[in-house]
Amino acid sequence: MLRIRLEPRGERSLLWTVASPVVAIALTVIAAGAIFALLGRAPGEALYTFLIAPLVSDNGPPELLVKAAPLVLIGVGLSLGFRAGVWNIGAEGQYILGAICGAGLGLAYPETPALVLYPAMMLLGVLGGAALGAIPALLRTRFNASEILTSLMLTYVMQLLLIYLVTGPWRDPEGYGFPQTAMFSPDATAPILFEGTRVHLGALTALAVALAGWLLLGRSVYGFQLRVLGQAPRAARFAGFSENRLVWLSMLLSGGLAGLAGLFEVSGPIGQLMPSISPGYGFTAIIVAYLGRLHPLGVLVAGLTLALSYLGGEAAQIELKLPSAVTGIFQGVLLFFLLGCDLLILYRIRLTRPRVLGAA
Amino acid sequence: MSFPLTTFILSIMTSSTPLLLAASGELVVEKSGVLNLGLEGMMLVGAVVGFAVTYHTGSALLGAFCGALAGMLLASVFAVLTLSLLANQVATGLALTIFGTGLSALAGSSYVGLAGPPIPILDVPVLSALPVIGPIVFQQNGFVYASFALLGAIAWFLYRSHAGLILRAVGDSHEAAHAIGYNVIGIRYLAVAFGGAMAGLAGADLSIGYNTNWAENMTAGRGWIALALVVFSTWRPFWLVVGAYLFGGIMYASLYVQGTGLAIPSQFVASLPYLATIAVLVAISRDRARIRLNAPACLGLSFRAAG
Repeated sequence: MLRIRLEPRGERSLLWTVASPVVAIALTVIAAGAIFALLGRAPGEALYTFLIAPLVSDNGPPELLVKAAPLVLIGVGLSLGFRAGVWNIGAEGQYILGAICGAGLGLAYPETPALVLYPAMMLLGVLGGAALGAIPALLRTRFNASEILTSLMLTYVMQLLLIYLVTGPWRDPEGYGFPQTAMFSPDATAPILFEGTRVHLGALTALAVALAGWLLLGRSVYGFQLRVLGQAPRAARFAGFSENRLVWLSMLLSGGLAGLAGLFEVSGPIGQLMPSISPGYGFTAIIVAYLGRLHPLGVLVAGLTLALSYLGGEAAQIELKLPSAVTGIFQGVLLFFLLGCDLLILYRIRLTRPRVLGAA
Repeated sequence: MSFPLTTFILSIMTSSTPLLLAASGELVVEKSGVLNLGLEGMMLVGAVVGFAVTYHTGSALLGAFCGALAGMLLASVFAVLTLSLLANQVATGLALTIFGTGLSALAGSSYVGLAGPPIPILDVPVLSALPVIGPIVFQQNGFVYASFALLGAIAWFLYRSHAGLILRAVGDSHEAAHAIGYNVIGIRYLAVAFGGAMAGLAGADLSIGYNTNWAENMTAGRGWIALALVVFSTWRPFWLVVGAYLFGGIMYASLYVQGTGLAIPSQFVASLPYLATIAVLVAISRDRARIRLNAPACLGLSFRAAG
């Protein structure tokens, strides 16, 4: 009889830190094939439609960047917080408030030259997201309330606020009664990076933010403190690091980045405010952060990977007539496999034979 | 009297019941030292399975049973990951919610817009004829009765039974419980499975008791509110009832006010339950000593038997 035993490695395995996401993705693809088969679709063909076809089509790669931009922006912020045990899971709400704040300015002063208007909209997007991130930070540091629940509750409130604005005071009077605002003026629209695509300034910003996050984490005192607080909270306390300051830093940073992502999305690909401005980017970014090993550069790769799941979901909807919900299922399965495989970072699995006394 | 007091109370009760069911399951889970944030996902899957079974068989009882079973199945995925593979409980719970939301939307796509059979009212003869008290206490659907029966059983189990004492020991000090010889992981598996069944039942209540239809994301945050209720109750069963009815009341009131066509935008009223959740969490959590005294000491921590 063989017994499975977990043996602590004593240190984190670098190999498995990198290999775990790869294995998890491979397992998810296999599981996805099985799910397609269960839904009565030919697995091989369905997987090709979901994973490969979006990449080899003409507008596939640029669309991948469009979808990856918000995921990377939010994911970088979340990954820094998660490292310190600050669980901001309300990025979706911060994304919405950032979009609302920036969009408000763009709608109010559409004729202002872009060089003044757009940076100001970006700033308001960051401030809006950070302001919403500040509430859970305040409630945790002052009143000990779990930021998990408070940040999530605020997301529901923000969704309602958005619906109120687009059906009420901000509704486009010339919009035939549709619940949406007017389109942004050209000056209030995110600059396009490559002619003929939808790739906007947000993609470049996401790249810059990932690099800056890498420097912050690896080269700054705050980054060091974040890492210590996450790995050894007691040591952090003895070293005199202020936990409260790190909670504030993580919440403001991740909130601000989520707000910026929201502003880019509405002023870029969407072009106006409407009741639904996100296919769940704020929640998917949680998976992005984990898949990217809570490292800003890893988040860059992970963001592109999960962007593919959105493109694949759209393709599956059109060509396989499957509900877009399959994307959520695959994303959940991916995180399951990833968390399971991460066991191997700290432990090795040993098969042991219980020794019988007296046997040679 | 023009104000229909009895109807009002009945509506609050049906709107509170899913919260009470989900929160009392999570109470047991947390008492064993495990934090399962996947309530929302388990409730949604329970709701869609419960609705589908009731729709096809016409039996609400069978629907409720299958909804609970579905919640339990989903919870066992969480249990394997967090208890056997030592995954982070917060992240795994979030994964469960993302997965459950997607799964329920996919499974329920062909049920959107269908009307299920009305839930049978279990009428206690004679007593239900009493004024006011009769309809409230003796003329409810099975979920309402079950929520109180189950909560009573849970309170008895946790504080009056030997097995409950062991479960609390596991939640308060898994090292000590293990040293005495209790199977920490096995007990937590059972607790998580039970919590999943309760969440599934709560979801089934939403789609076959409170409503008789299925809609995507129909839980609308109730799973998260139930999690907050456990903190609100400071892990004590009686206060769970108070909290569930307080929030059921707020949810009903917000629907009621929206229906009256007051000049307040309906979205402001609809956001009340979420804002109230935050307010209540702050009010309770600020007393750090009370939280520390009542929270299971090992809540959210992984356990691995040494050697």
